[in-house]
Amino acid sequence: MLDDKDRIFTNLYGQQDWGVDAAIKRGDWDDTKGLMARGQDGIIDAIKASGLRGRGGAGFPTGMKWSFMPKESKNGKPSFLVINADESEPGSCKDREILRHDPHKLIEGALVAGFAMRARAAYIYIRGEYIREAETLFAAVAQAYARGFIGKNACGSGYDFDVFVHRGAGAYICGEETAMLESIEGKKGQPRLKPPFPAGVGLYGCPTTVNNVESIAVAPTILRRGAEWFAGIGREKNQGTKLFQISGHVNRPCVVEDAMGVSFRELIETHAGGIRGGWDNLLAVIPGGSSVPLVPAAQIIDAPMDFDGLRELGSGLGTAAIIVMDKSTDIVRAISRLSYFYKHESCGQCTPCREGTGWMWRVMERLREGNAEIGEIDMLEEVTRQIEGHTICALGDAAAWPIQGLIKHFRPEIERRIIEKNGAAPYAVAAE
Amino acid sequence: MPILTVDGIEVEVPAGATVLQACEAAGKEIPRFCYHERLSIAGNCRMCLVEVKPGPPKPQASCALPAADKMEVFTTSEKVKKAREGVMEFLLINHPLDCPICDQGGECDLQDQSLAYGRGHSRYDENKRAVTEKYMGPIVKTVMTRCIQCTRCVRFAQEVAGVEEIGAIGRGENMQVTTYLEHAATSELSGNVVDLCPVGALTSKPYAFEARPWELKKTHGIDVMDAVGTNIRLDSRGRQVLRALPRLNEDVNEEWASDKTRHAVDGLVRRRLDSPYVRRDGKLAKASWAEAFAAVKAAADAAGSSVAAIAGDLVDAETMYAAKALLRAIGSDMLEGRQTGLAYDTSSIAAVNFNTTIAGIETADAVLLVGTNPRWEAPLVNTRIRKAVKRGARVFAIGEPVDLTYPVTWLGNDAALLGDLPQAVTDAFGGAERPAVIVGGGALKIDGLQAATLALVETLDLIKPDWNGYNVLHMAASRMAGLMLGYAQDGGIAAVAEKAPKLLFLLGADEVDFTRFGGSTKVYVGHHGDKGAAAADIVLPGAAYAEKAGTWVNLEGRVQRGERAVFPPGDARDDWSIFRALSETLGHTLPFDTLAALRAAMTAEVPALGVQGLAGYVWGVPTLPSVPVSGTFGLPIADFYLTNAICRASPTMQRCSDEIIHGHDYAEAAE
Repeated sequence: MLDDKDRIFTNLYGQQDWGVDAAIKRGDWDDTKGLMARGQDGIIDAIKASGLRGRGGAGFPTGMKWSFMPKESKNGKPSFLVINADESEPGSCKDREILRHDPHKLIEGALVAGFAMRARAAYIYIRGEYIREAETLFAAVAQAYARGFIGKNACGSGYDFDVFVHRGAGAYICGEETAMLESIEGKKGQPRLKPPFPAGVGLYGCPTTVNNVESIAVAPTILRRGAEWFAGIGREKNQGTKLFQISGHVNRPCVVEDAMGVSFRELIETHAGGIRGGWDNLLAVIPGGSSVPLVPAAQIIDAPMDFDGLRELGSGLGTAAIIVMDKSTDIVRAISRLSYFYKHESCGQCTPCREGTGWMWRVMERLREGNAEIGEIDMLEEVTRQIEGHTICALGDAAAWPIQGLIKHFRPEIERRIIEKNGAAPYAVAAE
Repeated sequence: MPILTVDGIEVEVPAGATVLQACEAAGKEIPRFCYHERLSIAGNCRMCLVEVKPGPPKPQASCALPAADKMEVFTTSEKVKKAREGVMEFLLINHPLDCPICDQGGECDLQDQSLAYGRGHSRYDENKRAVTEKYMGPIVKTVMTRCIQCTRCVRFAQEVAGVEEIGAIGRGENMQVTTYLEHAATSELSGNVVDLCPVGALTSKPYAFEARPWELKKTHGIDVMDAVGTNIRLDSRGRQVLRALPRLNEDVNEEWASDKTRHAVDGLVRRRLDSPYVRRDGKLAKASWAEAFAAVKAAADAAGSSVAAIAGDLVDAETMYAAKALLRAIGSDMLEGRQTGLAYDTSSIAAVNFNTTIAGIETADAVLLVGTNPRWEAPLVNTRIRKAVKRGARVFAIGEPVDLTYPVTWLGNDAALLGDLPQAVTDAFGGAERPAVIVGGGALKIDGLQAATLALVETLDLIKPDWNGYNVLHMAASRMAGLMLGYAQDGGIAAVAEKAPKLLFLLGADEVDFTRFGGSTKVYVGHHGDKGAAAADIVLPGAAYAEKAGTWVNLEGRVQRGERAVFPPGDARDDWSIFRALSETLGHTLPFDTLAALRAAMTAEVPALGVQGLAGYVWGVPTLPSVPVSGTFGLPIADFYLTNAICRASPTMQRCSDEIIHGHDYAEAAE
């Protein structure tokens, strides 16, 4: 279990005030000028050394991402940092806690990270449904401006840096980095083709880095306490602390900061009060938000909760939004509901996702009732393969993976429903 | 210049080319729906997926991927085949199987590609999607259930037509392409989305359920609706032209055509003159050719050499040459083609030509428009100017402000500005490498304007090596050929009227002020019962542009030939043969019996008319008296859709005019 002294988010539960004075008492904005005095390369090297991997889901090394930004402006174009606060992944609710209880960690991070990547300004794109959180964030940014922490000569460092808060309008796809850029530019939120990547041609055609809220918010603390401290927590290549969001059939659902690589059992026992009905009642876990494949109970219980550990199980850490499902769960219905979500949130730009998500959902709905044929399970699996990897952005993959996970681990359950619905299927007799 | 291999074939492509273009260079066919050479890359249909090494293990959209050196592309691998089958299946699951009642049938990309790259059967058991109907105006018929959301129409409207009125609303499988508030798209180029649409979602409304593509005879023609000389393909069945489609010509129309070009063809079967008429007791009465010729002979005998010919806007060079030859035999050279009274100097044809060329204007970096609305006078020149603006050109204009689909600095509506151009203009032209002035054909009616604009050649330094930036934008398809054949009098039509010719031949001339020719016997040789025929004493029915092989010279001096698609109706004849037959009656038999012989004679006289391509006028500035110019510019075209006899006879053009030009009034009246 993570020591209290190693926690980065010390006001995760809002027990203290979110405002700037309270934040300063907690250690934020402490000698930010000194952090910036380490220089751009110094900051990036420290983040690289800390082993911080992007907290938005893909786990790309953050320091490396920052280093992709141009060191000098070509043709006079500024660079931008865009912070992805469009937290819409079902199960995911960590950025919300940062935004409403510790917004100054994010704003300070924006300044430090923006300075490191030579950005002119940061845009924080906040999910439209986060109304109170947006109010808090707007107020926090105003406080930071009033104190001179950002704006002209930010923190007395001589560096000019602005922070703009941009509210979304409720589309999941705007959490995809290039769709977010389109949305900020005032266009329809549809992902762009890559290449060119945002680091080359991003917001308003300028070099841009898009980072998750948590990745940015931890940066100042890493710099203050040292890369070695952060790298010393967790496992090799999966270092540091992470906000885990535990929801579903546990006794005490919660958002909690713990070390990367903590085992699932320890995480649930320590923070969530155990599984509802005990460990024998655990059916399956979606360990990283709705878009990663589920993992059946037997495999997850002692697995380390980090990027590589979960990849070995054929799933992923994603945003560490752990959805726990006990044996009372109608697992087919649960995944069908996720399929509906992706059908609803597909932007409609490219063919496989636009047409495929609806198809998958409709088949899933029939599988839920068993109103199908056994052969359709394989057909559905094939349809998911036709979507996966054929789309512009990753939403197609995200829609395909939960179904693939379901079929991989719960095929007998789906078949049982079909046979029950159709009565004793003739081919079942023939097979005996 | 990257060198890469496509299925083992090595190709070198220009830097910046895409993998799709490299595959085409290697002779490999890549299926596609959303990709179009003239539109931005959307990459959304995912049909063009290929396998690329080195690269991620998933197939890549070749239309959006830049070709790189040493890349290996595979277009026929098992993975690619599966990817295409997958995308094809997705495209078809919600596409209705209504090919038998779809107008796109037979020329449908989806049909063709599903045959070539699809699976042949469907695994989709759910209900198909239905989409509520949209309204896109009188030209474009929509069946949006068939839409595959390729967004070609959206991109065309935004990028080429310059009207942001077509877009996609909704998301996911509920994404729908529609016009803004479901109003008609207010573009004179909207018909092009019908060609662009790879499926039957957008089809031609006037052509709905008329014919199947394999029933149609396809003839290459030249459009006469404006002076651009759009290269068209006339699709006909039996004796009727059913539609006109643009042909590819990079120098002239690229692959676009204006709505007027496409849809005025239904005017070819209405209000036609299909028999000679002779005026008796004040009324035109049907007559035989012999009676009509006898009437002309009587008038000609009385007229002696007091004979004139006025050419209309649509006639071909052959007709004008035949009339000219006849008048010459009679002993007259009173020829005029500028029906509305323009009287500019024509001693140097280059000085009234579009010298940058149509394709050249898109490379201009500073443009001054003088008394012109290119959007209506030559829509396809306007798209070129729009391209120049997108490349960074600045456009200034003197005249009545109109929406030209690109930013224009309107200097005011006063011809006197030409003598005193604002600093901004002279600065922009001073730094320009390819400056251009475009003088509207209608603007030249102002006294001294020709001299004032030609003076700009010096003051704005319009002539550079390989560049002549002085342009006159004509509106009549017959204009340049007419000028080459001498259809221009000093003093214009007023000079002709002054001489009060006793016999007047009207070659499809409908826009003349006929009251000035009260004393003339008017012989109308033309194809539509419009103003000219109504004013005539004798009507000889001729052929419209689709019904004769002819030569036209467009506004940049490009000589182009069109072929005959159908025969003229009833007793109507080719215009040149009417003059040939008439010449015999009048006792001045013309020395050509065939079109080929006529062309040979015409070419002997004006060699440039015998060679297709730019006529190559020699630049020269006529000496003109310099008079102070003043006055305001009007817009010579009051109604884009009703500019000549053919469009006035076309119900489609009438409806476009009602709805798009006068739509606002109608909507208000309805409230």
